[in-house]
Amino acid sequence: MSDAAILATPRRRLSTAGKTGIAVALAWATLAVFGPYLAPYSAGHVGNAGVFAAMSASHPLGTDYLGRDMLSRILYGARYTVGVAMIATLLACAGGIALGILSAVRRGWTDSVVGRAADALISIPHLMFALVVVAAFGTSLPVLILMAAISYVPGSFRFARALALDINAMDFIQVARARGERTSYVVWAEILPNMIVPLLTDFGLRFVFVVLLLSGLSFLGLGIQPPNADWGALVRENITGIYEAAPAVLMPALAIAVLTISITLLIDGLSGRDRMMVR
Amino acid sequence: MESMSATVWRALGNDSDKAPVTPHLPTWTEAILGQSTSAEAVAGLRKALGLDLPAHERYLRWLGGLLSGDPGVSLINRLPVAQLIGPRLANSLLLTALTAAVAVPLALLIGITTAIWRGTLYDRVANVTAVSLVAIPEFLLATVGVILFAVQLRWVSAMATPSVSSLGEALQSFTLPVLTLAFAVTAQMARMTRAALLGVLDSSYIEMARLKGVRPMRLVLRHALRNAAGPIANAVALNLSSLLGGVIIVEVIFSYPGLAKLAVDAVETRDMPLVQACAMIFCTAFMLLVLVADVCSILANPRLRTT
Amino acid sequence: MTALVEVSGLRVTAATPGGAESDIVRDIGFSIARGEVLALIGESGSGKTTIALALLGYARRGCRIAGGSVRIGGDEVTGLSSGALSELRGRRVAYVAQSAAAAFNPALRLMDQVTEGVRMRGLMPRAAAEAKAREIFRALALPEPDRIGARFPHQVSGGQLQRLMAAMALMTDPELVIFDEPTTALDVTTQVEVLRAFREAVRERHMTAVYVSHDLAVVAQIADRIVVLRDGIAREIGPTLQILAHPADSYTRNLLAAAAPKPQQAAERRAAPTPLLAVHGLTAGYGPVDREGRVATPVLHDVSLEISAGSALGVIGESGSGKSTLARVIAGLLPAASGSMTLDGVALAPLLEARGREELRRIQIVFQAADTALNPAHSVERILGRPLAFYRRLSRSEQRRRVRRLLDLVKLPVALLDRLPNELSGGQKQRVNLARALAAEPALILCDEVTSSLDTVVGAAILELLAELRRELGLALMFISHDLATVRAVCDEVMILYAGQVMERGPGRVVMQAPQHPYADLLAASMPELRPGWLDGIDAARLAEARGDPARPSHSDRCAFVARCAARDGPCGTDPPPLRRFAKGSDVRCHRTEQELLAQQSPVRTAPSSFPSIG
Repeated sequence: MSDAAILATPRRRLSTAGKTGIAVALAWATLAVFGPYLAPYSAGHVGNAGVFAAMSASHPLGTDYLGRDMLSRILYGARYTVGVAMIATLLACAGGIALGILSAVRRGWTDSVVGRAADALISIPHLMFALVVVAAFGTSLPVLILMAAISYVPGSFRFARALALDINAMDFIQVARARGERTSYVVWAEILPNMIVPLLTDFGLRFVFVVLLLSGLSFLGLGIQPPNADWGALVRENITGIYEAAPAVLMPALAIAVLTISITLLIDGLSGRDRMMVR
Repeated sequence: MESMSATVWRALGNDSDKAPVTPHLPTWTEAILGQSTSAEAVAGLRKALGLDLPAHERYLRWLGGLLSGDPGVSLINRLPVAQLIGPRLANSLLLTALTAAVAVPLALLIGITTAIWRGTLYDRVANVTAVSLVAIPEFLLATVGVILFAVQLRWVSAMATPSVSSLGEALQSFTLPVLTLAFAVTAQMARMTRAALLGVLDSSYIEMARLKGVRPMRLVLRHALRNAAGPIANAVALNLSSLLGGVIIVEVIFSYPGLAKLAVDAVETRDMPLVQACAMIFCTAFMLLVLVADVCSILANPRLRTT
Repeated sequence: MTALVEVSGLRVTAATPGGAESDIVRDIGFSIARGEVLALIGESGSGKTTIALALLGYARRGCRIAGGSVRIGGDEVTGLSSGALSELRGRRVAYVAQSAAAAFNPALRLMDQVTEGVRMRGLMPRAAAEAKAREIFRALALPEPDRIGARFPHQVSGGQLQRLMAAMALMTDPELVIFDEPTTALDVTTQVEVLRAFREAVRERHMTAVYVSHDLAVVAQIADRIVVLRDGIAREIGPTLQILAHPADSYTRNLLAAAAPKPQQAAERRAAPTPLLAVHGLTAGYGPVDREGRVATPVLHDVSLEISAGSALGVIGESGSGKSTLARVIAGLLPAASGSMTLDGVALAPLLEARGREELRRIQIVFQAADTALNPAHSVERILGRPLAFYRRLSRSEQRRRVRRLLDLVKLPVALLDRLPNELSGGQKQRVNLARALAAEPALILCDEVTSSLDTVVGAAILELLAELRRELGLALMFISHDLATVRAVCDEVMILYAGQVMERGPGRVVMQAPQHPYADLLAASMPELRPGWLDGIDAARLAEARGDPARPSHSDRCAFVARCAARDGPCGTDPPPLRRFAKGSDVRCHRTEQELLAQQSPVRTAPSSFPSIG
């Protein structure tokens, strides 16, 4: 492009994909926080529609094995599925990003040690790791959150480290260093701004994995315990409804799928080209 | 090996018998002795099982036993762990092998064809489907599958067993579990295959071959696949390792007597030696697959093969 | 006689993200007679490769041939079926790509790829094809012609790969061969050899050829007629001699002017007692340092130089010479293993962590690739403002004022202040790069190949800017490049590096016009000049003897250039050559005496007509 043509080009603002992404994320966050207030019934309320009722006007998603409204149960459960997963993902990404940038910028001894630790952790299948942790420490909420966070720190670390290494190799970092800038400036002002968008997509991806892990665990009965229920536990407690093809067993699973698929499609669209999901 | 034990060590921590008691997860002491036990009874049981020793000594003893071929004894039913695991391992291997046999050819087919016909409607539909499938929880697929095919249509059974005497029974038993497992794995494998092949098809030497007049069929088979084979094999191996996660849920849903189900049951009863042994096997399998993937990557690159 | 190639009204379009199509080239028409060589000249984005590919009926992804006609030997290429196209390509029309390393399949052996064209069409059995290939290898002067075919692409050098690609093209005895910038990626000394080989091949076979390039001097050696392209339109078409001597189009005149940059007049300098920057015995490299103080991977060895305030030193070298490393060591980004540096007589610490802020401020570095030298997340204002804020505490309004003044200095419009780097052109990015260095008000700027990745015209403008800034601000420059012509235009003193060592160093006109070191002589002789007879006038035998890729720096004591030197003698292979001052005023690292070297050199080169010597 000639110089004159460049002057005429308008600057682009946030793309439509970006705006959609923010909208969807806000929608889920609202659901998580305000779920119980949006529910038509309280979580434990037993109506008279009977057990495993079909979908109807008064029970849009049917009733569960005790006759409780599924829509309400799901809305109450949103806090656990979305909220707990969010906290765990935030912990995982915060830890991974901090360690990743530290390793990339410091290299040397720090890099080797943290790298090996990450390699060790990554060599364990996540669900298996979860099983072992639960067997040893039980199923309290802090344990679950911490376990999920630790499971996904290595992945986040590797990603952040690779990103930071790429950026660190660029000439503008050398220019900053040659100026005499301190490492803290280089990390905060030069490296991080270039990492924000990819890190956001990575966060979204990890969130999906955490949701699948925690709900899978609850489905096995080793996650959130009654009387609290996240969507995976809801599937579990209504599993006998499978023989009656009741919506009660299908709806919570569907809810999880809607959450994970919407976020995944979003990430895929945001990142432009096909992005590989590496568990 | 070392890192695995380190991990399991971390997971075990110290007093595995003092895990918080919750209404749904009985401690193993309760499982053996019943709900109401006296402190002396618990202490006596602990001593008998060697649990009064400090944690690291217990761990070292277990590790020593493992390395000399004795993974210990199950806390619950007092049978040697090896004896319990044997048949279940075989069952799980059968299930995963069947799944791989279905998933790998299908994934390669879809991956290669979507790369060759990139941008067409077929490619875009396949892509969106694949992305969605990867994000779907296995129990949704399984639930839908069971409701649809087992309950309503009655084509297959809702439970799976490995002991089948005819092809018809085998199909009845294995179709749903294998398909459920295969869906997510196939989708991800196809995507990675497509990306690997596209990466090669977009390279300059393929363009040069086209400009030399090489026809499309020869281009893909002789020029492109040769270079994509390594990354594709890498993708296949990596994704097979993700089977190890999905198999846990599938075995539980379909009550399939495999290793994963054994592990889950063991966790419920806090049967630590059993859990440890199962975890060890899973970890080893996982690492082996990752190793194979790495080796494929290296072999495929002629720069690393020759000097 | 009917022309072999007839192009008229050619139009190629590309799909834009919005969905519309934009023209890459339009209204292109020319013809090529049999046995003629036509050159397509233009900068990046001019459409020359697009036209070359259209001759094969090929358009890159997202592009299509939208209109016009391309006839080769009477056949309309744009209307051919894909089967017929596969027949045409590689058989009647052959293509030699720009980057040989990228054009060969890394997983297949070279002989298989070279002979694939004839074997897959059943034109020859394998044995005959391989025999013919070996013949062509010999004709192209490839080393080990009988065995090179068994290797993989990564096992041979760039220059050899380029000739292998030409061999691949010649195998099918095509009617038309298209060379697409084949020597652009090669070192200067390799380029000459490859160019000669191509020209021989074309002449011997009376082939018709299309030669695509941005380098007028190269094209002048090989082409009979030239098409000058800009922004997808043909600006001028004509015989080579006519275009070079009497260009009709204004753009052509710009190109010619940029290809032969005039040396700028330097401002009067007051001689200072101490040089601004003095470097003594600098040795540097990568990896651990062993007991004898030697680095595992040596890059520079015993480099010494001096730069006075306001003067410009040119550092010339090919790949592996260590010139970029020199800049990094002086800037403190890379530690020197041994040697010393002083700034205004005061010792300069080897690593920047140990230097004071003032010292860091006075030496600034400007990198080659502006794409990676500017933070893509920062606006131009932020990029320029940071050094100002870092080195001086300024009020917001004062800072804003200074940033605008900086833009003014590098002739950029104020409207660019809130732009991000990816919204700027290559030339604009490099100017911002320069402005950032100027923001610190340095005494010395290290320019590392700052014009190498820019178009010739754009690069020439940057050189003019640099000369102007030197005059206005009294800046000292260390200008690193592989291109003798650009160095000639900017620098008072010139230093030539080879394999990490200084081979010759002295006043510009001495080193450029009458270089004494054999390598310096080879470099000067290898630079294509703008007159058509230059390639014929080269001493082929000498060039052949000096053939080879630039040597890597090593630990051995002997002269690094001994393998390629025509003047080598007894001690050259064993003892390190001394650096001595010769009568003409330059320092030369050689065992031989001045008279002996003089006898070896090429005949006196006529100074290019547009270059007045600096008085």
